[in-house]
Amino acid sequence: MGLDLSSDFDGNRIQAIVDEHINLEGPLLPILHAVQEDLGCIPQEALPVIANKLNLSRAEVHGVMSFYHDFREQPAGRHVVKICRAEACQSMGSDAIAEHAKSRFKIGFGDTAPDGSVTLEAVYCLGLCACAPAAMVDGKVIGRVDEARIDAISSEVRS
Amino acid sequence: MTVTIYIPGDSGAVALGADDVAQAIVGEAQKRGADIKLVRNGSRGLYWLEPMLEVATDGGRIAYGPVSVGDVSALFDAEFLSGGAHALSLGNPEDIPFLKNQTRLTFARCGIVDPVSLEDYEAHDGLKGLRNAVSMAASDIVQTVTDSGLRGRGGAGFPTGIKWKTVLDEAGPQKYIVCNADEGDSGTFADRMIMEGDPFVLIEGMAIAGLATAATKGYIYLRSEYPDAIRIMNAAIGIAREKGVLGASVLGSGKAFDIEVRVGAGAYVCGEETSLLNSLEGKRGVVRAKPPLPAHKGFLGRPTVINNVISLASVPVILDKGADYYRDFGMGRSRGTIPIQIAGNVKHGGLYETAFGLTLGEIVDEIGGGTATGREVKAVQVGGPLGAYFPRELFDTPFDYEAFAGKDGLIGHAGIVVFDETADMMKQARFAFEFCAIESCGKCTPCRIGAVRGAETVEKIMQGIDREKNLELVADLCNTMKFGSLCALGGFTPYPVMSALTHFPDDFRKNPYLQAAE
Repeated sequence: MGLDLSSDFDGNRIQAIVDEHINLEGPLLPILHAVQEDLGCIPQEALPVIANKLNLSRAEVHGVMSFYHDFREQPAGRHVVKICRAEACQSMGSDAIAEHAKSRFKIGFGDTAPDGSVTLEAVYCLGLCACAPAAMVDGKVIGRVDEARIDAISSEVRS
Repeated sequence: MTVTIYIPGDSGAVALGADDVAQAIVGEAQKRGADIKLVRNGSRGLYWLEPMLEVATDGGRIAYGPVSVGDVSALFDAEFLSGGAHALSLGNPEDIPFLKNQTRLTFARCGIVDPVSLEDYEAHDGLKGLRNAVSMAASDIVQTVTDSGLRGRGGAGFPTGIKWKTVLDEAGPQKYIVCNADEGDSGTFADRMIMEGDPFVLIEGMAIAGLATAATKGYIYLRSEYPDAIRIMNAAIGIAREKGVLGASVLGSGKAFDIEVRVGAGAYVCGEETSLLNSLEGKRGVVRAKPPLPAHKGFLGRPTVINNVISLASVPVILDKGADYYRDFGMGRSRGTIPIQIAGNVKHGGLYETAFGLTLGEIVDEIGGGTATGREVKAVQVGGPLGAYFPRELFDTPFDYEAFAGKDGLIGHAGIVVFDETADMMKQARFAFEFCAIESCGKCTPCRIGAVRGAETVEKIMQGIDREKNLELVADLCNTMKFGSLCALGGFTPYPVMSALTHFPDDFRKNPYLQAAE
């Protein structure tokens, strides 16, 4: 699923983003972040444009992009729900919260709902370990998450 | 008269509703015509009391917490603006034993000042260290840090002064200070708290490091999971630049130093210093073989100091009050203070800065107050996902680099995650391998393949397949990973696995059918 970017892909937009960052020392990560911020993802078509500008091979740019969990080739859903799966949250029952979220959203971790409403992601530590279990909804942090809170988030993102 | 109210903007407090409380307070004040000034401070680190608001009264600050939106109207009724009595009143926050018994050197201002006010920072002893450093020779600054006994708070415990000296002695047209703010270890949040609660102390520490090594450029590699820290850090850097703390002439010294925040992209392994440098250069976050050390050939092949946030944030107080002052805290070769982060299933979770030397039992039972669920403590994991699980039998271990190493564990970034008796240590061992498999950079075989095979083998043990033979295999695999991996990810994954196996053998020998029926 996801938007069909190939038809209306704007290479000039990518060029402009690259130009904005090209004088930084080690510009590739800032560029990839900026492209994703702008387009919601990093489409394959963007890679040769970036590669060309930075004098890298397309494979090198793909290699960097695919190394990091944050970068996505397809746009996420309208809402992104991240649930912490790391130890401090485990100690407060996050495994059960994660299962509940999967059944409530009817998708697995890393998946986007067919209607594009929500993407569910695992995250390993939000630094909220003293108020576990923790989650993040569209960049907003939530502590002491319980099943009722997941239900409330579910209704919000589906509305 | 305007009354100042402090409501933390710290993301831990926000996660518990601090933004909503702040909004409700402002709304209620307007309705009642009360003249208030709202400051979004850092957290004091008493997370079980967050959102904890503080009112500046004539008799000092009075705290209330944990406050929810529903309490706001009643707080106004109780005249909390002049410190009135209310069920949520905590009195002077600094008299709360959890806070009172701490030794706050690095976190001296966190939770007290407005994080983005340089005036506030200076009014609370900020910039004193940097002002001293400006009039010192670089080698004297390095000597002071060396004499303080400060060791890397990221986990490795390498003496900070020696690292700086190596960079100072390197010739080169461009040197760098890189701050490792990729705080990925579960159970740790000290870096986040400093960056959100007292960002200027990190800026000051980095500027001192710059003066000490003749490095003119600093980078803070900050993980993307911390959007609030990124925002506050950038705001503080902007102010520091505007006020001449950073820039072409640091505090008018004629020496240049500037800082840029770089955002990570969700790779745990980038907390490893060489992987971080590759990431900063725009490459895959793959680990580099050492030597060369980053101090010789670091960022872009140039001499680079790479230090953890807390190491750098501890430097200003050392330059302000002297090496002896800092060194006189602590025990053995672990000098100064350590911000311990008490987390997970614990009653009083939060940040506790203290001199080295408390026992694990004191930290968990007395300061942490036992588990949040009220059940028995079964295990505590110290030092993040690569740290060992400690059973109660080892609770007499003092918090000290060498003492933990002696018990086959590590302090790491000083995070402690408490588990109650419902924890299944076989599952935790499997998770350690799974996490390593997810986050492995793939460069070395023991880590890349060992982690996957390890998780599979523990899975077999769970199913009761050739149990004793597979337990032996896990131990053998751990040995290979420990001695054959290129960095701490593969090299330390054996710590949680082997400690679970050694200290909780019964968890690995449960009846698989019973377990399936659970």
